[in-house]
Amino acid sequence: MFGYYLDLALRSLKRNKVLTALMVLAIAVGIGASMTTLTVMHLLSGDPLPGRSARIFYPQVDAYPEHKDTDEPVDMLDYRTAMDLWSAHRADRQALVADSVAQVVAPSSSVPATMQTMLSTTSDFFPMLGTTFRYGGGWRAEDDARHARLAVISEDLNNKLFGGGDSVGKTLRVGNTDLRIVGVLGRWRPSPLFYEVNGGRFMHGRTSPYYSKPQDVMLPFATALDIDDGHFSIFTCWASGSTDLKASQKNWPCVWIGLWVELGNAGKVAAYRQFVADYAAQQKALGRFNHAGNTRLRSLMGWLDYNGVVPGDVRLQAWLAFAFLGICLFNTIGLLLAKFLRRSGEIGVRRALGASRMAVFEQCLVEAGLIGLLGGIGGWLLTLAGLWLVRRQPAEYADLAHLDLPMFLVTFALAIAASLLAGVLPAVRASRVAPALQLKTL
Amino acid sequence: MRMHPILAALRRHKSGVALIALQIALTLAIVCNAVFIIGQRIERLNRPTGVDEDNLFVITQRYVGAPSGDDAASLEKLDAMERTDLDALRRLPDVASVAYASALPLSDGMWTGGIGLKPAQQDESAHAAYFAVDERALDTLGLRLVAGRAFTAADIEHHGMRGERKPAIVIVTKALADKLFPQGDAVGKTVYLDDDSTPSTIVGVVERLQISGGHNHAAWADTFAWNSVLEPLRIDFAYARYAVRAKPGRLAEAMRAVAPALYAVNPMRVLDDEASVQSFADIRADAYQADRGMAILMGIVCLILLAVTAAGIVGLTSFWVGQRHRQIGVRRALGARRGDILRYFQAENLMIAVFGSFAGVLLALGLNLWLMRHYEMARLPVAYVLSGLLLVLLLGQCAVLGPARRAARIPPIVATRAA
Repeated sequence: MFGYYLDLALRSLKRNKVLTALMVLAIAVGIGASMTTLTVMHLLSGDPLPGRSARIFYPQVDAYPEHKDTDEPVDMLDYRTAMDLWSAHRADRQALVADSVAQVVAPSSSVPATMQTMLSTTSDFFPMLGTTFRYGGGWRAEDDARHARLAVISEDLNNKLFGGGDSVGKTLRVGNTDLRIVGVLGRWRPSPLFYEVNGGRFMHGRTSPYYSKPQDVMLPFATALDIDDGHFSIFTCWASGSTDLKASQKNWPCVWIGLWVELGNAGKVAAYRQFVADYAAQQKALGRFNHAGNTRLRSLMGWLDYNGVVPGDVRLQAWLAFAFLGICLFNTIGLLLAKFLRRSGEIGVRRALGASRMAVFEQCLVEAGLIGLLGGIGGWLLTLAGLWLVRRQPAEYADLAHLDLPMFLVTFALAIAASLLAGVLPAVRASRVAPALQLKTL
Repeated sequence: MRMHPILAALRRHKSGVALIALQIALTLAIVCNAVFIIGQRIERLNRPTGVDEDNLFVITQRYVGAPSGDDAASLEKLDAMERTDLDALRRLPDVASVAYASALPLSDGMWTGGIGLKPAQQDESAHAAYFAVDERALDTLGLRLVAGRAFTAADIEHHGMRGERKPAIVIVTKALADKLFPQGDAVGKTVYLDDDSTPSTIVGVVERLQISGGHNHAAWADTFAWNSVLEPLRIDFAYARYAVRAKPGRLAEAMRAVAPALYAVNPMRVLDDEASVQSFADIRADAYQADRGMAILMGIVCLILLAVTAAGIVGLTSFWVGQRHRQIGVRRALGARRGDILRYFQAENLMIAVFGSFAGVLLALGLNLWLMRHYEMARLPVAYVLSGLLLVLLLGQCAVLGPARRAARIPPIVATRAA
């Protein structure tokens, strides 16, 4: 029967081309708009480290003296706290992260010097986050300890400076210091760049910077402190007399370091949570903190959630697109209703010849589904066009906007589901056509 | 025209009527709010910054192998390099005025702090953005002094990036002056920058100067968008930024002349980035890219939405016209004129549209409330709702015109034929 219904549906669609085109277009436009925004949402709200994120946590200890226990702790750590927690090695792995800006040049390359935001981190960063390396690898814990002059660079920078060749062992000059390159990262683009996420509460939805690319230069934290002291990005500072900007940044009354830890099981998580709380209490007892009750240990995804990483404009667009799909659906319902009821005579004949209401209902739904399929094809093309437009936007996440296989399938599933949904009411009405009344008027 | 037959007919098409009404309601709700968002964004991106935007451009350059700036001698050297650059720019034929400026409104290089009225004050009295500028800045940027005086060459200090920065005198914007000193007597008063204990005296007030900061800071920066502080200071650093006002109509020529002139003075510099020599129009476009993108997107969505709704009305009304083919013939045979038939369908559509747009107004207000709760949105003004209402009523009338005219063309003879 399905084949026969399909044939009937095709004939019916061909009979009134304008009406068919209107319906297919309405579904295509609705699907195109909602799938474009849904794909962007899907990309932006995804897991930056699939398979690993559940084990990664972000401890917070509140060094900000104007806070109370009822306040959320400040988003980053001061130097002393960060070093104490990190060097305690209570987690399976732990890595400090801080950003600084410096002039970077490769003496062996003709590419002029550029100012780069560099990531200062520690050796566990690479195995903990599972970064892949094109050449070489990360550095070891003893390199952190001896302030080794070395660096890991991104594939992009390697292409730019060294034409994509194996640059391990070559020199990178940061400021006035020569660093030896020990590794070149492979394609690695966590989305969002979670270890740079902070301050989401103050962003008012303007969070697209969270989706920028990883830094092109990564170097040991201790090394960065030696060569670029005073140039680290700061989350916030507080007044405690006059800050001596000429002193080392270690002593500034500021928070500017993030600590990420890997904790393999629930027991370790609980133990680390206790450790962080105990540390804060101890520092309060020592008089360094004036409050200690608001320590946190958020999971990676919890941290992203807390910061509301998906940009407000993207969420707004997604809502808009779905309302839009809704209107397109109402439109399709109306047109289908008109189309089916116009064929009341035909349906009356089928019913008189013995077709059950269910059969008429099915026939109508097949026709609706076919429209959905055609609309899905149009919607898919419009989604591709929409994503192309997104890629041309200046947003940081623009290069991520591609349709993957699951979203491709969702496009058609959504189109057909939407059209079937739209077809239900008209099909019910059509199946209720009274055969006698229709036959009389024939 | 009597309403009764229309109502009686509509009662026989409940689902069709409900569908059109719902579609109109949703369209009205979304279009009202979308147009409101567009309006807000456009308002944002049309705000004047207070500078002479048409003729202004900015040079952001970096010396290669510059003196470190760690000791007094190398600072002097850096300062001399900057002054030489400024002189070279001043000599260009198409240039009207040149000044050192650490940042411009909407540009990057945002640098802000709290302003206090007492030394080492705990809570700041106002938040403001700082601009380090030299004595020609007011003239170059085209700022209007409303009280006090401008900086003189003798006022200008210079020091390195990390030097002690507390200026003895500052110029503030009127917005900031009014906030700190509501009596309007800011000139001569003392403020404390960064809640520090070193006093700075306000010597002048300029009418308007928007703060620096690109689009990423927009929401936070909007809370103090007009609070700017000018400091008489040249920062000696490998990076330097110069503001240039071209002679009227000579912007492009002046911008082209910059690189050759500066390279002739000193070739050891980076000046070939696309952002190295940037017109103010480009800075503005960059800063508001996201807002403009959102406004355009909303605009497209509104247009498609209206088109879809119109198509839906055309489709359903055509169906009704076909269904009532014979009745229309009968009415015509009984003496109804073409105009009567036309007006019947128009009145029918108007009734559905009025019904739908009442629901739509409620939906629009509800949607606005929801947006206010979850996103940065203001209250939807009544004018938007009313114009939206008129728009959908008009849209309905236009959409129904085609099918209604087809109905009006049905000849009376149809009545005599068997259905």
